[in-house]
Amino acid sequence: MIRLLLTIIGGVLLGGVVHLVSVLGLPRIATQDAYSRIAAVSRDNTVTPLAQTDPSNALLPFMDPAFATAVCRYDLSKGPIKLTVPVSQSYTSVSFYTHSDVAYYAINDRSAGRRVIELDLMTEAQHEALPEEEDVTAADRLIIDSPSETGLIVLKALAAESGLMTQAQAALAAASCRVQTDPAAAPVKGKR
Amino acid sequence: MRLILLTLLALVIAAGVGLGLTWTTATRGVDIGTLTIGAWTARPRSGTNEIDPYNRATVARSGELPIGTGDGITFTTTEDDNKKPLDGRCDVVVKGVTPPARFWTLTLYDKKGRVVANTLERYGFTSQEVVRNADGSFEVRIAARARAGNWLPTSAVDRYVLMLRLYDTPVGVATRSQKDAPMPAVATVGCPS
Repeated sequence: MIRLLLTIIGGVLLGGVVHLVSVLGLPRIATQDAYSRIAAVSRDNTVTPLAQTDPSNALLPFMDPAFATAVCRYDLSKGPIKLTVPVSQSYTSVSFYTHSDVAYYAINDRSAGRRVIELDLMTEAQHEALPEEEDVTAADRLIIDSPSETGLIVLKALAAESGLMTQAQAALAAASCRVQTDPAAAPVKGKR
Repeated sequence: MRLILLTLLALVIAAGVGLGLTWTTATRGVDIGTLTIGAWTARPRSGTNEIDPYNRATVARSGELPIGTGDGITFTTTEDDNKKPLDGRCDVVVKGVTPPARFWTLTLYDKKGRVVANTLERYGFTSQEVVRNADGSFEVRIAARARAGNWLPTSAVDRYVLMLRLYDTPVGVATRSQKDAPMPAVATVGCPS
């Protein structure tokens, strides 16, 4: 009897361990997370518009239907990425997610303070490899460190009224996200 | 022989308890770092690096992308102010003011996170679309049949989820109470009997 009781207690305690391990492991083994779903419909380092959120479209759950959305699935292994997003009429934002869907940075048009949101995305190692004076002189360049080599950039433009959706989509269609092949020369030719 | 049986039993209990708990927490969510104002709940840390493991598991399971903190914040509710589950066959009124934000959107989803089909193709309101009273407050009527004013159709779904998203807002990790963030009231005003 005692043995059985001990077995049950032991089982429950071990269950606690299983619970912790599985909660921590779930983001790694999930195959239906946002990154995997978007990976299926997008290409590396290219801005891909996502289909409008409507009842038939269930790419990602709980998307805001008032927004036009585009994604850039990035891979920094070939070098830093330059992202350019023209600001739409009402509200535009750019959010950065790691491969495991953690939102590590987000900026909107007002905090960017310009007509075009321009960002350089690189890994910490690539940031350190930048010549130091360049980092200072190019103060108007916004540099973002990505904690992971791959991840997602989500571009959103608000259609404040439903009639403005095409305009919001057009603003995102003009966005670009591409690898800077030569990071050292980027400030010169990167100013487009 | 008995030892093997007991060990097996312990392992079965461990697997059942452990995975059961994980499934429950990943589906329903855990109240860590939540901000509750009236019927509305937000998880301000889910849009940051400091997202807790339970929340990460929930996000990985559902496939949603949490809104980044520099972008905005999402308030969710599945109940009205009296803890009654939101029912698509009833009339529900969302009424009042919202916390300061450049824009907000109010959206109705089914339990799986899809917008609900209706002939108007209206899935929610933005702060610019909604018709307001003279004092700046608004009243959205959520019902299956057409209503005057701001009508949000439910198509008579059984249960639904409301999300109020604030964009470019000071509301976030530092927000504590209704005083910082006045959220609209959610009330069921009538059900067909």
